[in-house]
Amino acid sequence: MFNSYTTTTLQYDPSLCIGCGVCADVCPHAAFEMKERLAYLIAAQACMECGACQLNCPVDAIRVESGVGCAAALMRAALTGKKEPVCT
Amino acid sequence: MSHATNIMTTNSEITLANRWDHFLARWAVNRMGHLIEPGLYSLGNPTPESPVFVTANYTLSFDALRSSLKGADSYILVLDTQGINVWCAAGKGTFGTDELVMRIEATRLNEVVTHRVLILPQLGASGVAAHEIKKRAHFKVEYGPVRAEDLPEYLKTRKATPEMRRVRFTLKDRITLIPVELVAVLIPLLILILIGSKGAVAAILAGTILFPILLPWIPSHDFSVKGFILGGIVAVPFAVLAFTKTPESALWLRSAWALVYALLIPPLTAYLTLNFTGSTTFTSRTGVRKEIFAYVPAMAWMFGIGIALNIALIFVPK
Repeated sequence: MFNSYTTTTLQYDPSLCIGCGVCADVCPHAAFEMKERLAYLIAAQACMECGACQLNCPVDAIRVESGVGCAAALMRAALTGKKEPVCT
Repeated sequence: MSHATNIMTTNSEITLANRWDHFLARWAVNRMGHLIEPGLYSLGNPTPESPVFVTANYTLSFDALRSSLKGADSYILVLDTQGINVWCAAGKGTFGTDELVMRIEATRLNEVVTHRVLILPQLGASGVAAHEIKKRAHFKVEYGPVRAEDLPEYLKTRKATPEMRRVRFTLKDRITLIPVELVAVLIPLLILILIGSKGAVAAILAGTILFPILLPWIPSHDFSVKGFILGGIVAVPFAVLAFTKTPESALWLRSAWALVYALLIPPLTAYLTLNFTGSTTFTSRTGVRKEIFAYVPAMAWMFGIGIALNIALIFVPK
């Protein structure tokens, strides 16, 4: 209760990881950590769904529904019937 | 090596004119007009071995980069993000893979430098797929630090420390946002000042000035709840004053007027604080969507009942 930020759409399949480390490099909230050439999802609740890890993972081991975490954009999209909310 | 492309020149100095431009950008004056020409720039006296940095064509982004490269002879490749900063443009895809590939080709960067490495700001990663750049333009993307100010340290080792990789949201960052938050509500705010609606003005100023400052210290996690708490505190003096200023009036009437403030101020502030999610560096779409469904109906009901009560009380003879 009173914490809407406990769930995330971020999903990671470690069996696909090739250990390149780009996810740990691009995440601005340190959700991933590299240990012995394998990425570990250590802080999924810190994910802001920016999508950088998914876009840069060369083996599609990461999935996240990325989008703007902006109430104004989401409400505007809902009111105008647009699918993808963007900043203005 | 022939310079096959038109290379523009720049330097690391931030002039008074630059500072004035930054000031106007912070106040959202001519918001989409703070742009520079996309293309390739040389800073200092770069050689074909000098590093290449990539940025957006927003003056605040470009100036943050070039002012951090004092004494570092280098090239700057400016993408056309239509005057939007790196992170927001990456989210929209204008600071993106296609634009970067196109810009590398248009500037014939492969003829300007002999190496094949581009240093991108880390926050550009939500728009650029590094492995795609390698495949399509044969340049290796290296993600530098989040903040340009860390570049001198980064360039010593070409490794970003965990601290350089973390986005922050410091008190200074939050205070910097206040002018833009104020400008966004300027017209309703001026109207409310003109009609002398002190409670509404206080609610709006709480949501746009106090909230960014106090954000981490207001209890609870959700922005709406923080807003209800802040708005509730702001409502107290107004409610107390409404209750005590006409002791000769009926108790129920004085209570009803106090209730109007308690019903109107908190949802107004909470709505503004919920909207502040878009300015932060950490809220997810999943979380914000949950907040909207959880609290916007309550805000609307409180505000609606408050307005109805306010109108009804106007018709009560004094």
